[in-house]
Amino acid sequence: MAQAFLAIVRHDLALAWRRRGSVLSSLLFFIIACSLFPLALGPEPQQLRALAPGILWVAALLASMLSLSRLFVQEHADGSLEQLLLSPHPLAVIALAKTCAHWLTSGLPLLLLTPLLAQQYSLPAGPALLLSLSLLIGTPVLSLIGAVGAALTLGVRGGAVLLCILVLPLCTPVLIFGAGAAAAADAGMSVLPQLSLLGACLALALFLCPLATAASLRIAME
Amino acid sequence: MRLASDGPSADTVLRARGLSFSRGGRRVFEGIDFDLKPGELLQVLGANGSGKTSLLRVLGGLLPPDEGELSWGGQALRPADPNLLQSVAYVGHANGIDADLSPAENLRFAARMGGVDDSPARVADALRSMGLDPDSQAPVRTLSQGQRRRVALARLSLLRRLLWLLDEPVSSLDAASGERFLAQLGEHLRAGGMAVVATHEALPEAAQTLRLQG
Repeated sequence: MAQAFLAIVRHDLALAWRRRGSVLSSLLFFIIACSLFPLALGPEPQQLRALAPGILWVAALLASMLSLSRLFVQEHADGSLEQLLLSPHPLAVIALAKTCAHWLTSGLPLLLLTPLLAQQYSLPAGPALLLSLSLLIGTPVLSLIGAVGAALTLGVRGGAVLLCILVLPLCTPVLIFGAGAAAAADAGMSVLPQLSLLGACLALALFLCPLATAASLRIAME
Repeated sequence: MRLASDGPSADTVLRARGLSFSRGGRRVFEGIDFDLKPGELLQVLGANGSGKTSLLRVLGGLLPPDEGELSWGGQALRPADPNLLQSVAYVGHANGIDADLSPAENLRFAARMGGVDDSPARVADALRSMGLDPDSQAPVRTLSQGQRRRVALARLSLLRRLLWLLDEPVSSLDAASGERFLAQLGEHLRAGGMAVVATHEALPEAAQTLRLQG
């Protein structure tokens, strides 16, 4: 089972490299969205600093949505998904592996870029790194919840919009705790409550979402 | 050809009793009964839309039947039953290969997911068995439809499953490739394998024929 997990992650990473235009597009969206706000809001450092965690988190959430809509689409179209469903491995493990690969190619680059982009908001190094830490715990949850939505909307006309309608409300707690952690750090308060709640969201999503994604994929293939 | 799945035995049989399936309120097929034993091929004939593909997908566990029972080796099958999944190889309408990877990369991934040896030599043998160049690094999207089909069919000899479920396997193949594949199918049956093949044209190897009216 571990071999199959690693095989899928490696396979999806290789595919992401071959289709790197798609990966880069959501990354560019994140950079552009984060860079537009300081231009629109003006150069007031205090205001930018206060708004930074919320803006960066919302931009990360929307950038994730862009790539999530493609998570199973190609495999569905070329029949690869049928082959995965017919493999002797548990579908939940397959779903988790695909979600893991999605996070590595979409969530991880975002959190690596965040400290750099946070400089536009005059965010000091400490809160900026904490913002990255909150993204490190939170973005896997976005991928896990998004995978359920991507599987549910597979083959549905207007699936990308439906995916956003389904997934964005479910991601609200992650957004609140993630942005709240960085805001608390900037205000010199304890970040433990927000990070603990984010961790709880991750644990719950790790347990439930692969099962829900697997069930949704089976429904989508019928 | 040696089969990687559990070796065929007298009680290894795919049995269908009273299988029915509906889609969109329309009964696609009903009352399907058959027993398939090692070394046998069941060909499923019928016009477009008669339910050939749906039957294959029901047999593979991709679709649940409305009524009826499927058993494998005497045991009733549940949806996505691991007992069956370890013994089945499926080539559907879609080839199930990634267009951005080379034929060898596609087969290596199929071998890893199928839990069989993914060594370069085995992958090369499988590609050669369908007349493909094992050293080609060109992505599948640069190949013709017939060549893509051959990559999908090469998966069969790599996985060495007991039961092949094939949907119009030779539809986009030229005559020589079609004959090469039929020879491979014959070898599979002689080794004790089984096959259910949806086709428009009757196959000489078929032990049983199922005609769907649609």
